[in-house]
Amino acid sequence: MKAKVYVNLKAGVLDPQGKAIQHSVELLGFSGIADIRQGKYFEIALDNSLDQTNARASVEKIAREVLSNPIIEDYRVELDT
Amino acid sequence: MKFGVIVFPGSNCDHDAYHVISKHVGQPVDFIWHRDTDLSSYDAVIIPGGFSYGDYLRAGALARFSPVMTSVKKFADSGRFVLGICNGFQILCEAGLLPGALIRNRDLHFICEHIYVRVETSDSPFTNELKTGSVLRLPIAHAEGNYVCDDATLQELQRDQRIVFRYCEPDGTVTESANPNGARDNIAGICSRERNVLGLMPHPERACEDLLGSSDGRDIFRSLAATLAAAV
Repeated sequence: MKAKVYVNLKAGVLDPQGKAIQHSVELLGFSGIADIRQGKYFEIALDNSLDQTNARASVEKIAREVLSNPIIEDYRVELDT
Repeated sequence: MKFGVIVFPGSNCDHDAYHVISKHVGQPVDFIWHRDTDLSSYDAVIIPGGFSYGDYLRAGALARFSPVMTSVKKFADSGRFVLGICNGFQILCEAGLLPGALIRNRDLHFICEHIYVRVETSDSPFTNELKTGSVLRLPIAHAEGNYVCDDATLQELQRDQRIVFRYCEPDGTVTESANPNGARDNIAGICSRERNVLGLMPHPERACEDLLGSSDGRDIFRSLAATLAAAV
């Protein structure tokens, strides 16, 4: 089983890296881009001994307590079975 | 009185802090490896600057899980003194010992320069030898020093005079142009509710000798030493 965790800055938290990327993209000639926000993506391979409910609970805890900082970031967990 | 300087893999201002305590404060000091957990012989610990765990994930995020941090939390809860400098400040925020977070500088650059901070309160164990309103010239060296927190936290920090240092002009005026990294309310350093934990982005330990361009940082260590001397 594999879990995917997406971590993004909360709306309203300044993302200067996203802004710099957007600027570069625009320099390349792409237009019509309103905003780019940079996030993080994690792939977690899980032991097959975990059932889906426990797996989700564990990954949610990892995402909340380690992978994201709740003051500035939100996270989203997906489970691939 | 005895000081400890915590060393994580990637700390790089640990020797500067050690040097200042031994040479300028003139007190015994040990390095404490991040796997050690016994802080019982110390009166104050310094979490130094650097790049603990290479700043992987987020600055300070992984150091928070080092074994020593559980002891640091108990140490702080018992009223003893914790000073987090730069990466140390980031670690204290990640560990929840101080509120808020430090994110990427507004203009993305790693900033390495001398700046000015105003002492916002002399009512702290780290500034009691300084006058409220006095201006210190200190170096900063960081990429993630942009302090953020929610409105309620900011109001609490302001109300309880827990903002200890703010970025300012050389004359002490707090302006947006004196804010090097975009920090909310020009915050350069804050203390805990009980005032025994201080985190700041500038490096006072690099500003204790005129040869280094400023000796303004000494008064912060002098204040802490005076606090400890009074407590003994």
